[in-house]
Amino acid sequence: MTAHVVTRSAAEGTLARQFAEQERREPSRARASAFARFAAAGLPTRRVEAWHYTDLRAAMPDAAPILPAPTRAEIEAARSRLARRERFAAGAQLVLLGGRFIAELSDRLPAGVSVTEGPVDARAVDDPLAALNEALSPAGPRISVAREAKLGEPITILHLANGDSSCSVYSRTSIVLDAGAHASFVEIFAGAHAGVQRHTATIIMLADGATAKHVSVIGDEPGLHIETQIWELAKTAELSAFGLVSGGELTRRQIFVRMTEDGAKASLGGLALIDGDRRADTTLQVVHAAPGGTSREFYRAIVDDDAVGVFQGKVIVEQAAQKTDGAMKSQAILLSPRAQMNEKPELEIFADDVVCGHGATVASLDPEQVFYLQSRGISKPDARAMLLEAFGRESIDRIEDERLIDPLRARLAAWLGARK
Amino acid sequence: MTANSIGRAQAGGRGAMLEIRNLSVSIQDKLILDNLSLAVDAGEVAAIMGPNGSGKSTLAYVITGKPGYEVQSGEIVLDGVNLLDLEPTERALKGLFLAFQYPTEIPGVTTMTFLKAALNAQRRARGESDLTTPDFMRRVREAANTLKIDQEMLRRPLNVGFSGGEKKRFEVLQMALLAPRVSVLDETDSGLDIDALRVVADGVNDLRDPKRAFVVITHYQRLLDHIKPDVVHVMARGRIVATGGPELALELERNGYRDYAEEAA
Amino acid sequence: MAADQETVDRVRSIDVDAYKYGFVTLIESDRAPKGLSEDTIRFISRKKDEPEWLLEWRLEAFRRWQTMEEPKWARVSHPPIDYQDIYYFAAPKSAPAPRSLDEVDPELLRTYAKLGIPLVEQEVLAGVEKQKVAVDAVFDSVSVATTFKAELAKAGVIFCSFSEAVRNHPDLVRRYLGTVVPSTDNFFATLNSAVFSDGSFAYVPPGVRCPMELSTYFRINERNTGQFERTLIIADPGAYVSYLEGCTAPKRDENQLHAAVVELIALDDAEIKYSTVQNWYPGDSEGRGGIYNFVTKRGDCRGARSKISWTQVETGSAITWKYPSCILRGEASRGEFYSIAISNGHQQVDSGTKMIHLGRNTTSRIISKGVAAGKSQNTYRGQVSAHRLATGARNFTNCDSLLIGRECGAHTVPYIEAKNASAVIEHEATTSKVSEEQMFYCLQRGLSAEEATALIVNGFVRDVLQQLPMEFAVEAQKLISISLEGSVG
Repeated sequence: MTAHVVTRSAAEGTLARQFAEQERREPSRARASAFARFAAAGLPTRRVEAWHYTDLRAAMPDAAPILPAPTRAEIEAARSRLARRERFAAGAQLVLLGGRFIAELSDRLPAGVSVTEGPVDARAVDDPLAALNEALSPAGPRISVAREAKLGEPITILHLANGDSSCSVYSRTSIVLDAGAHASFVEIFAGAHAGVQRHTATIIMLADGATAKHVSVIGDEPGLHIETQIWELAKTAELSAFGLVSGGELTRRQIFVRMTEDGAKASLGGLALIDGDRRADTTLQVVHAAPGGTSREFYRAIVDDDAVGVFQGKVIVEQAAQKTDGAMKSQAILLSPRAQMNEKPELEIFADDVVCGHGATVASLDPEQVFYLQSRGISKPDARAMLLEAFGRESIDRIEDERLIDPLRARLAAWLGARK
Repeated sequence: MTANSIGRAQAGGRGAMLEIRNLSVSIQDKLILDNLSLAVDAGEVAAIMGPNGSGKSTLAYVITGKPGYEVQSGEIVLDGVNLLDLEPTERALKGLFLAFQYPTEIPGVTTMTFLKAALNAQRRARGESDLTTPDFMRRVREAANTLKIDQEMLRRPLNVGFSGGEKKRFEVLQMALLAPRVSVLDETDSGLDIDALRVVADGVNDLRDPKRAFVVITHYQRLLDHIKPDVVHVMARGRIVATGGPELALELERNGYRDYAEEAA
Repeated sequence: MAADQETVDRVRSIDVDAYKYGFVTLIESDRAPKGLSEDTIRFISRKKDEPEWLLEWRLEAFRRWQTMEEPKWARVSHPPIDYQDIYYFAAPKSAPAPRSLDEVDPELLRTYAKLGIPLVEQEVLAGVEKQKVAVDAVFDSVSVATTFKAELAKAGVIFCSFSEAVRNHPDLVRRYLGTVVPSTDNFFATLNSAVFSDGSFAYVPPGVRCPMELSTYFRINERNTGQFERTLIIADPGAYVSYLEGCTAPKRDENQLHAAVVELIALDDAEIKYSTVQNWYPGDSEGRGGIYNFVTKRGDCRGARSKISWTQVETGSAITWKYPSCILRGEASRGEFYSIAISNGHQQVDSGTKMIHLGRNTTSRIISKGVAAGKSQNTYRGQVSAHRLATGARNFTNCDSLLIGRECGAHTVPYIEAKNASAVIEHEATTSKVSEEQMFYCLQRGLSAEEATALIVNGFVRDVLQQLPMEFAVEAQKLISISLEGSVG
């Protein structure tokens, strides 16, 4: 921790006031301790290594007012919106409105899954925004999948924004899979506009032999989207997670995975489609704390106009984690002269009997490939779109679940189509 | 064939050069070699044939000291010394050589560098001085020409990008230069076409000598048309179940291994 | 299964506690008093008889340094350095600028003989068959002798100590000093700008291919003397120069600070090749008393089609913080970085490179091989950035790490920044250990575990070794503890 004294920014001041206000209404030792951790570090600047390419302190002139719980009228308005809304996937849907879990808007869950509402605990990760989320989130849905339960359809968690005014939304969800369970989840973020600052966290724990797929879809247009995922994998547990970012002025997805027991597998993928003035930051930290683990990270970005993409992927192999197999690949295509991409794939390795590697590339569309398609009668814009679609699809297809792949592909096609 | 003569060419004959007595070896609690006994005399070419899973490669690895195998009991004696007490390097310096089934690649280390290091290690063990570079180069060139290995291959990193045939020929080149006393050839014929097979077999035959022994491990009889064995052992389920002359190999080719599959009980 | 204990022990013994250069030369020194103040700086400047402009330059840097903080972001940790507890100037008592070797303190010459440095011209000629190497030897803070001046002078090449250059070629120095590493650049560079003692200066005129490789050996001798060399190399259009830097240091209890600055400038079509074989004292088996090596090295490819390449083999120093960089300004200029970083004992290495693509169609290539053993931590930190106007920038990076034993760590932190759609950046990295199969194959051929490891490590770093000038490759391989290969390949 640096010793120099820093004056508080306006946003930091507002956050302190917001927390004090919340403490008065509903004191909580856990949340106070979380806020203290946030306050000690403050909003991160470039000097914080994990935020090297996203100076959040500079990007947040102020913290927007925290949204109160939705009123009856707002819930009813949401109900009609939901009725009109097309679903991303079949399967049960849980709804959060303005960051709060609304059971009456949610579907009944299938056998083997249950949900309660309450404070969501997580192991501590050393990040100020994770701490901030813990401090300011209301009680959230805590989803439990029973031992050996194998869910047929994915469960959707829909985060619906509420209202038109400038606001901060905090939410926190936990998912626990008991031994041998298998389940898929989709978290969709919808309805936010430029005045919304969204702070969301999902805590997922997989017990022995449990497997989970998780897809995050950010397609709305919040001014700020900070998403924290904290995973913990037990023996031979497997996770396959994917994030599609195609909206939002400044989005930051930060995923912390810890493999605590033998033979666990983590596969993290992502596709960022960024244009205009957007900035999308994906930061991963995967910790192998036990032997025989496998980790794969596969991240792609298509960056256009004046947008900026950021990918940071840190794999830490602790001394006990012998026979770790880790591979990371991040690739970006820049489409315009002012597009930017920053990649930092990191390895921190303390065990010797491991095989770890990473690759990172930045390039533009291959002119030879474009020409080849043109020579077959395809127009240049169509050729470029075809190549970009292929590029994006390869990332999506790694999820290996048609029910999730198809709607994602549709979103990719829509984004590419809208660019004309 | 009496029970006594299984595992050796002549029962009660002169002292063997390499003698394996009651060797039992397991991997992670699974028994692979089961009370195996075998004797190989100086000057002998002994073939070991057997179905997949009989433990042939394990035998080759245990003789030469590859880590990962748990010796439960028994001994392997070469010139009165139990090899099981020795490290792989020490066994090699006593004149033991393994021609690998899948020779390992070592990037960045040229073939020449490797040969020189191995050759000088043998010389030092014998109390001799290192070879001068011109002498070394001459020996390598001669041996390489005989095996139809071109000079360019000698400059490449060890086994990297070598075809199957090239790898096997390079194993034989090493044998020719290091002049081992006991050579174990682990399925040397696997992956070779008929021409490569002939070159390799000729190379091995050139090295036959009354003071040397060869253990030729093979699944197919084909190799033994070219490297004629003095004795043929059949291995099944971790032990030697039959021993005979070269005609035993032909019999196996006709009838397969099924007669021996249940034999080891 | 990891490398066996024997091997681990053997690798461990390569440098630590068997440091063969662990001796001290007893010579009286003319020291500045301990500590750092404007007075110290004036003392240094006066001792070297420097012009006013240079004193002013130093003082400005010093004032700036007083406002700065040591950087904390590298993966190295050390007890705080007390900057007031160091002597900033220690010249041996013999007269400065000897006109011939006869005037040099014979004790000094004996030191160089012990270090195997061919200071005497005849020794150099006898020692090296084909190449002639000019040696500008630095003993603590003052350059003692320069050889081959005559030959170089014929070609118009200037190769002398930095102090001499200030005296004899002040215009050249003034024009280029601080233009690649400004005195405000970073904490250690700023400190160096204030208190730099001496170093090398080289200038190669247009179209000249420097007739021999230029070389410098360093040594830190005095207790508590930080060494602050300043090196400046200028290649005029069409020039070529290859420069070798090698270092040794004696056994010491207190940590010794080394904060050097090297500036390279290559103009149109010029090429500078800078090679380092670094063999600092790494600290004893408990990690005490090694050298702290915080160096700023930067090359400016100022001219079109210019080329600067850094090649280094590092096996010493308790802490290394060093990122030789290239600024690729000139059109079609090229930067290269080849590095072998071997860490052992308790060493901490955080080093790498920066390739900054500014001009059009610039290229860069990075090959880094790290070998970590003992309880050491070995980090590669590299930055490749292609700026907005750097159309057609191309980079290829390959960094690999090899771990020997279970108590060390190897880390890779690459920063890849593209602000330009036509840039193509490719980065690959792997981390592994010596495979069991490779080990067994070598053992079965009669090699001992140590020989096998040495052979395999040598193969692992081969791509970089091939970049070193021949005689440095020899020194380097010794450092990596293997025998030289025959004349094939």
